[in-house]
Amino acid sequence: MKTFKMGGVHPEENKISTNAVIEQMPLPTQVAILMNQHLGAPATPIVAKGDKVKVGQLIAEAQAFMCANIHSSVSGTVNKIDVCKDMTGLPKTAIYIDVEGDEWLESIDRTPDVKRECNLEPKEIVAKLKEMGIVGLGGATFPAHIKYSIPEGKKAEYLIINAAECEPYLTSDHRVMIEHAEEVCVGVSILRKALGVPNAYIGIESNKPEPIRVMTEMARQFEGIIVEPLKVKYPQGAEKQLINAITGRKVPSGKLPIDVGCVVSNVGTSFAVYEAVQKNKPLIENILTVTGKKLPSQHNYQVRIGITYNDIIKQAIGELPATTGKVISGGTMMGKAVSNLSAPTTKGAASVLVMDEAEARRAPETNCIRCGKCANACPMGLEPYLFSALVKNNRVEEAQAHNILDCIECGCCFFSCPANKPLTDEIRLGKFKVRAMMAAKK
Amino acid sequence: MNLLNISGSPHVHSDESTKKIMWRVNLALVPMLLCGIAYFGLNALLISLVSVVCCCLFQWLIEKFILKVPSTVCDGSAVVTGLLLAFNVPATAEMIWLVAIGALVAIGVGKMTFGGLGKNPFNPALVGRVFMLISFPVQMTTWPTVGKWFPMSLDTTTGATPLGIIKEGLTHDGATVQSVIEANNLPSLTEILLGHMGGSLGEVSAIAILIGAVYLLCRKVITWHIPVAFIGTAFVFSGILWLCNPGQYIDPVTTILTGGIMLGACFMATDMVTSPMSKVGQLIFGFGCGLLTIIIRNWGAYPEGVSFAILLMNSVTPLINRWCTPKRFAK
Repeated sequence: MKTFKMGGVHPEENKISTNAVIEQMPLPTQVAILMNQHLGAPATPIVAKGDKVKVGQLIAEAQAFMCANIHSSVSGTVNKIDVCKDMTGLPKTAIYIDVEGDEWLESIDRTPDVKRECNLEPKEIVAKLKEMGIVGLGGATFPAHIKYSIPEGKKAEYLIINAAECEPYLTSDHRVMIEHAEEVCVGVSILRKALGVPNAYIGIESNKPEPIRVMTEMARQFEGIIVEPLKVKYPQGAEKQLINAITGRKVPSGKLPIDVGCVVSNVGTSFAVYEAVQKNKPLIENILTVTGKKLPSQHNYQVRIGITYNDIIKQAIGELPATTGKVISGGTMMGKAVSNLSAPTTKGAASVLVMDEAEARRAPETNCIRCGKCANACPMGLEPYLFSALVKNNRVEEAQAHNILDCIECGCCFFSCPANKPLTDEIRLGKFKVRAMMAAKK
Repeated sequence: MNLLNISGSPHVHSDESTKKIMWRVNLALVPMLLCGIAYFGLNALLISLVSVVCCCLFQWLIEKFILKVPSTVCDGSAVVTGLLLAFNVPATAEMIWLVAIGALVAIGVGKMTFGGLGKNPFNPALVGRVFMLISFPVQMTTWPTVGKWFPMSLDTTTGATPLGIIKEGLTHDGATVQSVIEANNLPSLTEILLGHMGGSLGEVSAIAILIGAVYLLCRKVITWHIPVAFIGTAFVFSGILWLCNPGQYIDPVTTILTGGIMLGACFMATDMVTSPMSKVGQLIFGFGCGLLTIIIRNWGAYPEGVSFAILLMNSVTPLINRWCTPKRFAK
């Protein structure tokens, strides 16, 4: 079975919500839709206080190059456009909408039947992705229309669909593949057509036998879709590692996947692409996992973007257990700890993961014993222990010379450190210092 | 409602800890301790006990009264140092108190001077051992001969190690390795494998050492690189010498099974703190240890050179780490 060559770890999988069928989350009374839910510049609001909006209506436009359109996820009245603290407490601009009924735009096809035929030209597909505000749902929220506009002189040879879902706990991709296999395959075909590549590879880790079976059967009905089971190893879903696992190619430092002829999209994104291109439905919903070892029940939900974490918790489990120590948006390896539960969800949200007090505490840090486990675990072939020392002593230039910017912050170093040194935190600080130094030199 | 914890990712840990690693090493040392007690009796037990207790005590005292930091005795690293130090001395009655001095140097000079576990450039147990070897040359090279199983008397007859006897024997005119072995009735290969020969407390039984080493390999505390490179180099290098002149050089099998090569290669050279981090670096390190050991054994003043070889290679570990950086992704 294929996998990436260098480093990696195998954290406890904890996929306890695997069997929870995707449920529709009831509408909240108000949503707050952030203007930057994607990589790049914030979108510009085109509605004003008091405006009536429908589900799927464009409410903020992408005016910068690196930006994505944002649509209303509910119907109702714009309450205000104001500052809103995101899940980590940073102030952002948001459009607050009071929910009234559930009235969708007429152009959106809400019938359940799957539409396979797509007669659009590649350029039209990309334009559709831009119009519908599609961004990558694997974590980076990179605007899809930019990714699928191949720059002059570059040529795509592989389309790779990331269904590794290597993060512990997360099961939304797992459920999407079982419940929406056909739609995912149509979405993949559309993306394949947009790129003009002969084959698309769907990489699924072998701890998901059910999705592998369902997707393999479904892919037979489509041309040029190959399901590739992968050996279970974290961070298989990291872009460079997935490309390495499936094609054997390596994206050089500072380069993009397209430089080695690859384009990578998440399986959730291909579902969103299907809905956008075939059903005219903008990216207004996402599928997220509500999970935690101490929770009374495990769920996978389809939620409207802009619903708050508090609302999700209330609907799913009533209230957080008294012993809750941490709430994470995303997986345990790369997810963000949520400090503000009244923050709204965004396009890239993948989960609400509730950790117990005991799980949430870090063990005390001790001396580095130079075991080298961090360097062995690093999928980028870096030396985390060295960065730790260099960053602490402010030797920023040396850290840069040792390729600190290649770090993908996967967390394998800290995960495997017997001395419990917060290596990933120190490297993040180091990267910040290196970038600040580079900016100052310009 | 509780306050939520906030931290950067990752939010989980492998549950691996320094403490677990050190106690696994201690467990791996138990077969050797049992072998030592079986061959050398009460002396071996008392030496090990004194050594471990002194190492822990000195570390605790230094941390409490000099460094004024919380005690780290529980992490088990002082016990590792204590056991390894005890394994590296002859099991004679004098050693019961002499080993306490070795423990003071090992912990005090070899380890705590540099800031404790993880910061010492040299293997603390070897620092203690070499200090004792230079300070008490007679006591440190007076070896109890192995007689019956479980000798309970503190008085033992003494003699030299096979390596010492051969080295001394070869200085006479016309002597060959074979004539020395025959004249002194040295142990057969089976006896050597079981450890039925003169030698330090813990180094005598190759089988006990291998049991411990296999356990450490299985628990991923050590990797094969250093032991294989060390023993392999010693085997090949001594083999070449033996093929050139079997009269003057010991055969490679006896070479690696006598003296401290097995113990050194599996437990002292593999010390994480003082050995290189990358696999290539570890191979170079093991190669250097093997080469230096054979050079010292054949052309040095001492019949045994494992301690010196490892300490010398410890001193170049930072350089090896600098040369052997891991291969970067896509480079």
